[in-house]
Amino acid sequence: MSDLSQQQQLSRFAKIMDSNMMYSFRRNPVAVASFVVFIIIAICAFLAPVIAPYNPYDPAQIDLLNSEYPPAWVEGALPEFVLGTDDQGRDLWSTILYGTRLSIIIGICAVALQAFLGISIGLVAGYVGGRTDNLLMRLADIQLSFSTLMVAIIFLAVTQALFGSELFNRYAVFFLIAVIGVAEWPQYARTVRATVLAEKKKEYIDSARVLGFGPMRIMLRHILPNSLSPIFVISTVQVANAIISEASLSFLGLGMPPSQPSLGSLISSGFDYIYSGSWWITVIPGVVLVVLVLVINLLGDWVRDVLNPKLYKG
Amino acid sequence: MSNMTDQAPLLEIKGLEKKFDLDRGFLETLKLRGGKIRRETRAVHAVNGVSLDVHKGEAVCVVGESGCGKSTVARLVAGLLTPTRGEIHYEGNRIDHLGRQAMRPLRKKIQMIFQNPYASLNPRMTILQSLEEPVRHHNPGFSATEVSERVIDVMRSVGVDPAWAKRYPHEFSGGQRQRIAIARALTVDPEFIVADEPISALDVSIQAQVLNLMLEAKESRGLTYLFITHDLSVVEHFGTRVVVLYLGSICEVSDTETLFRNPKHPYTKALLSAVPQLKDDRPNHIRLKGEIPTPINLPKGCPFKSRCAFADKRCDEEQPKALQQPDGSLVACHAVEEDRMTAQV
Amino acid sequence: MSLLSVRDLNVKFAMRDETVTALNGISFDLAKGERLGIVGESGAGKSITGFALMNLLSRPGFIDSGEILFDGQDVVTMNNKQLREIRGNRIAMIFQDPMVTLNPVLTIGQQMVETLRAHRKVSHEEARQIAVVKLREVYIPSPEERLDQYPHELSGGMRQRIIIAIALLLDPQLIIADEPTTALDVTIQADIMELMLELCQSNQVGLILITHDLGVVSQMTERTLVMYAGRIIESGRTRSIINDPQHPYTQGLINALPQQTQPGERLRQIPGNMPTLAQIPSGCAFNPRCEFATDTCRSQIPKISQYGEVEVACHEVHRLQLETQLEDQEA
Repeated sequence: MSDLSQQQQLSRFAKIMDSNMMYSFRRNPVAVASFVVFIIIAICAFLAPVIAPYNPYDPAQIDLLNSEYPPAWVEGALPEFVLGTDDQGRDLWSTILYGTRLSIIIGICAVALQAFLGISIGLVAGYVGGRTDNLLMRLADIQLSFSTLMVAIIFLAVTQALFGSELFNRYAVFFLIAVIGVAEWPQYARTVRATVLAEKKKEYIDSARVLGFGPMRIMLRHILPNSLSPIFVISTVQVANAIISEASLSFLGLGMPPSQPSLGSLISSGFDYIYSGSWWITVIPGVVLVVLVLVINLLGDWVRDVLNPKLYKG
Repeated sequence: MSNMTDQAPLLEIKGLEKKFDLDRGFLETLKLRGGKIRRETRAVHAVNGVSLDVHKGEAVCVVGESGCGKSTVARLVAGLLTPTRGEIHYEGNRIDHLGRQAMRPLRKKIQMIFQNPYASLNPRMTILQSLEEPVRHHNPGFSATEVSERVIDVMRSVGVDPAWAKRYPHEFSGGQRQRIAIARALTVDPEFIVADEPISALDVSIQAQVLNLMLEAKESRGLTYLFITHDLSVVEHFGTRVVVLYLGSICEVSDTETLFRNPKHPYTKALLSAVPQLKDDRPNHIRLKGEIPTPINLPKGCPFKSRCAFADKRCDEEQPKALQQPDGSLVACHAVEEDRMTAQV
Repeated sequence: MSLLSVRDLNVKFAMRDETVTALNGISFDLAKGERLGIVGESGAGKSITGFALMNLLSRPGFIDSGEILFDGQDVVTMNNKQLREIRGNRIAMIFQDPMVTLNPVLTIGQQMVETLRAHRKVSHEEARQIAVVKLREVYIPSPEERLDQYPHELSGGMRQRIIIAIALLLDPQLIIADEPTTALDVTIQADIMELMLELCQSNQVGLILITHDLGVVSQMTERTLVMYAGRIIESGRTRSIINDPQHPYTQGLINALPQQTQPGERLRQIPGNMPTLAQIPSGCAFNPRCEFATDTCRSQIPKISQYGEVEVACHEVHRLQLETQLEDQEA
């Protein structure tokens, strides 16, 4: 008993540092390296207005005469453009910083939307069961039988045609978040439903029912907090997927407009110049995208290993 | 028992039946039988016509082996399941089929304790949160101090140190968790407790602690228990009356003392003899032939006939009724009724 | 010579920050055909003992020191090939949950034939015949048909019988049974216990029965070890231990049984909880729960030594004896 009272005196920070999760994190060099890389990318991206030497959204700072300068280590570079410039004369380093910020924001917001839809639907389907469950899960099956990209392309093409490209370009961020968010909710709904079905059988749920608690309270207060691990696991992977989806759509010209480039549209715009020798406009943002997605996926792998009880026990 | 029958029973179960359908949906009910497609539904008959009265202050024990429907009875009484047929009355009012809102005042009166202390507490809530939640829910008018007073009172009364309040269930052993679970049930100040195998997941030395706690709570709070167990040695100690179930039907209902001194149903006898005793130096029990049949689509006749040494043609055909014996117990057995068993022994 | 001789066995678990000791100085002997019970509550180390005897511990557990001599050979230092020869062939193990031991996708026959042919040079047909004989020995009706059934088609009691038949397949000299009937109903448990006793007696097979149930130990075994927090605290003839236990823990365990108290009275409970491996109290591990504990008990670990008919590890055993005598006289 005595050492338990000592444990209580430990600060919250020390408790977190001592937890199983932190322990396995410290013991896993891949996870640590991925985390460090991700944090560096994220900090740079979100501090873009501070770090970036130019503002790529400000037409006054762009000079077409500066277009297609190569990166600093290639012959013929200008010293003020470290990573060179793109076809419109924007500083590539600044544009990548702003673009990464946009990609991460779209990824996280889209996943938040997916999670909100998927978790609500999954909770209701799993807890209520019966016909409601059947109906919601068949909906999920139908949604899953269309590929995400196909749905997104059709939706975005139609909206673009409907609103005109100027209006579309202004609100492109929201359209992208909405379409990526809606297209992938069944992933969450299925996972959440499965955990709800498992948790629902446990006696603490029966106990809550015998105590007369209502279904909302049981779902939100008792089942949801105990279903967080799998939600956490798929969330990391889904963020990576959403970033890729955004990049693909932008690459196809259905995403962010060239005036507000994300990583995808940057790669796309550089693609036209790759044969004329200006490889850096495509390759450098491409590398950033690959590294970003890779570290998120590696982190996701680690989270899955730690939180998945089956692997944990095995 | 005789002085108790004068009062109206606290809990009255009449002809309770519970069936679980195994085939859900239309397609699953279609079966190929002898070249033809037929529609048939398989169902587990977990409880078959159980009738029982529980009077105030009693500790009625329901015993039987796995699959005999004892847990289903507990869950029906606690309102976790609705019966297929039959009625449950509490203080004279029918309580099965009530909606959640109508059930709410009863939730304060009837509480349940579960088997597995590792699953019956929410792992993400501290002990304090787990204990305060029901108090707040059922007493919306309580101030924060009133809530915590009630919780601390209950914690003290079951031997849960109030200093544990900020900790999570995984920090406690099975016995401590079961104490906390009992405390949680007691926070709403119930008068009737359904306990579904509350000690079978615990170690011997801890079982005694929890049983004592439940006996103390019975005396100090005037509780009435419906106690589900497979362990007959506990029954002898804890129960005032015993109900022996086999495949969802009642075999024997009797005062604890009478049952242990003079068991009548052949199944009760076998069950009693199978409990390993400290004084035995080798297994010493009445051997039953065969194994417990599955409760899917039960055949007619006595449910125990396939394992009974005294079964005859009548047992094959007709399900025995529970009949009153001279010493007050109820026994459902043709062999007892016809006095066939004494002739053979 | 004894069949199995365990000398000063220490088993440790490598945890995150430290190594904890799960078994501490376990020593006992088992004669040929002898039946030994190992009793204790969860966390006492009784199951770990069973696994350690077959050198089956997997990470993070490991045998730190000690000898396990089976028929004169040390199991601890054996290589994998020698271990395979011993396991299943000469020592068989029966676990609590039959579904863990039986492979759900193979028929009973396939599993039995496979086990036999892994150790013996017999044809498929001969192996099946041996399997039928063994199934008949454990009273399984129509064994030929059972061979082609899958585990899930059989009831719990039937499965445990089949496990016993598989354990007996290679005529082992020792069976280690870890809570073999805990998952079964009382009436089935009684049948299985009787069957195991009969088989052990008729074939001169040694039995180590690991259980928490003193009633079962009393029915099945000749000698008993009582374990608490990784140590043997009392050992001796089963009758002596049940009828006249010396260690306060053994006494408490027996007195806590509902059968030992008049109906309606308070049970005689042992206060407190079993310590976890990481925080075993200093001195005698039982001292915080013991009403006789003295300063010596809190600082020194008692050695196990002969006292009357049993061996017991308790500093205060003499005083205890006096007090019980006094009580008896008063009564």
